[in-house]
Amino acid sequence: MQELNIRRYQQPEAAQSCAAKVKPEYVTGTIPTQAGEIPRVSSSWSRADRLGEIKSRVGAFRMRYTVEPGLYAVGEPGRDSDVFASANYKLSFDILRRALSGMNAWILVLDTNGINVWCAAGKGTFSTAEMVKRIASSKLGEVVDHRVIIAPQLGAVGVRARQVEKLSGFKVRFGPVDAADIPGYVRAGHRKTDAMRRVKFTLKDRLVLTPMEINPAMKQYPWFAAAILLVAGLQPTGIIFADALKGLPLLLLGLLAVFTGAFVTPALLPFVPFRSFALKGWLMGMIALIPAANMLDLAGKSLPYQAASYIFFPMASSYIALQFTGSTTFTGMSGVKKELKIGIPVYLASTAIATLLLVASKLIDWRIL
Amino acid sequence: MKYLANVTTIRLITDKCVGCGKCADVCPHGVFVVEGGKAAITDRDKCMECGACATNCEFGAIEVESGVGCAAAIINSIIYGGEPSCDCTGSSGCCG
Repeated sequence: MQELNIRRYQQPEAAQSCAAKVKPEYVTGTIPTQAGEIPRVSSSWSRADRLGEIKSRVGAFRMRYTVEPGLYAVGEPGRDSDVFASANYKLSFDILRRALSGMNAWILVLDTNGINVWCAAGKGTFSTAEMVKRIASSKLGEVVDHRVIIAPQLGAVGVRARQVEKLSGFKVRFGPVDAADIPGYVRAGHRKTDAMRRVKFTLKDRLVLTPMEINPAMKQYPWFAAAILLVAGLQPTGIIFADALKGLPLLLLGLLAVFTGAFVTPALLPFVPFRSFALKGWLMGMIALIPAANMLDLAGKSLPYQAASYIFFPMASSYIALQFTGSTTFTGMSGVKKELKIGIPVYLASTAIATLLLVASKLIDWRIL
Repeated sequence: MKYLANVTTIRLITDKCVGCGKCADVCPHGVFVVEGGKAAITDRDKCMECGACATNCEFGAIEVESGVGCAAAIINSIIYGGEPSCDCTGSSGCCG
């Protein structure tokens, strides 16, 4: 795990050093300041930006989707213009520059290893120290006369505003959670409404996250499929390919569990009963299993085979749904720990029982039981 | 949407609170209100233990065991040891 993390961090840095050599297409020119030429960026998205968003939503591409940390200009900012802080995950940066459309402002991009603001704040890269360092290295004090930085509110997890002020002279004001609220916030004289302080989790927010729930689950799927085919194909005379196909209903039920755990539960999250994600996922898995079992004629199979299916698949859906806690905007660590404390023994036990039942069903097939 | 009831570790030490309202400003779930010169917790179950309030309370009036509310991170920390840390490849709520 440790090694994996290190590797993941190195990728964005490597990408940055490459990006530094060619001018990114969102840079449309430069603005002369006392601290030198500052790159000016477009506030509209190109096709490449839109494609980048899609790619970063579905897979590992997000780990290389970065911008060079430092100071940028939007419009024609001057010495009194607002300074907005962002992370160097390009999607965070893109959403901010788009929100600043029609405004004259500075963007201070912190080095967060290519991670978005909230996550980086939790990990300690969107931090007090990095902000102080970036204010100094970008010579922000020479570019503007005022001493205020507007940081995304979710950055407050990692940025101690008072400390930044003590160390850099810049006051940190926490702006709206959602960059789209920035124009309204600025118009209101840099005042947030309570609604601007709240993090939302709309159907659309949840849906864009589901590809990254389905992908990791499907990475494990081949192991499950191989195990099922092996057990199904196992005969006293060896592994028979034709018999392996008898495992097909279980493979389909496995896909269904991924679908209910990684897609249906997240999408319908507020409408599924229970607060526990494990229970939500189990319920959705069970509800889907009943008609599916009917279609696949599970009733025609031996009792242990049926029992194994009803025990395992809703549990698999539950386990997968529980992973979504990592993506929501409202699940805390204590809650997830509580779910896992009960959940892990239940998952392990039900997997073991389902496996034994499946073996029993084989023995019945072989007329040993 | 609220998560499990009665699990959050958040604690407001009212004696230390000066009512500056920083906590209410940074909380993404409206857990705090300032009434009569002191902060108060409205609904504990809304707290997701992100820690923004405690980080920005200059008076040490808020304590919370903050961390990532992410099953994968916690499972990894159980298996491999260490603090739960989101590796941020799997999500974008924590990571978006």
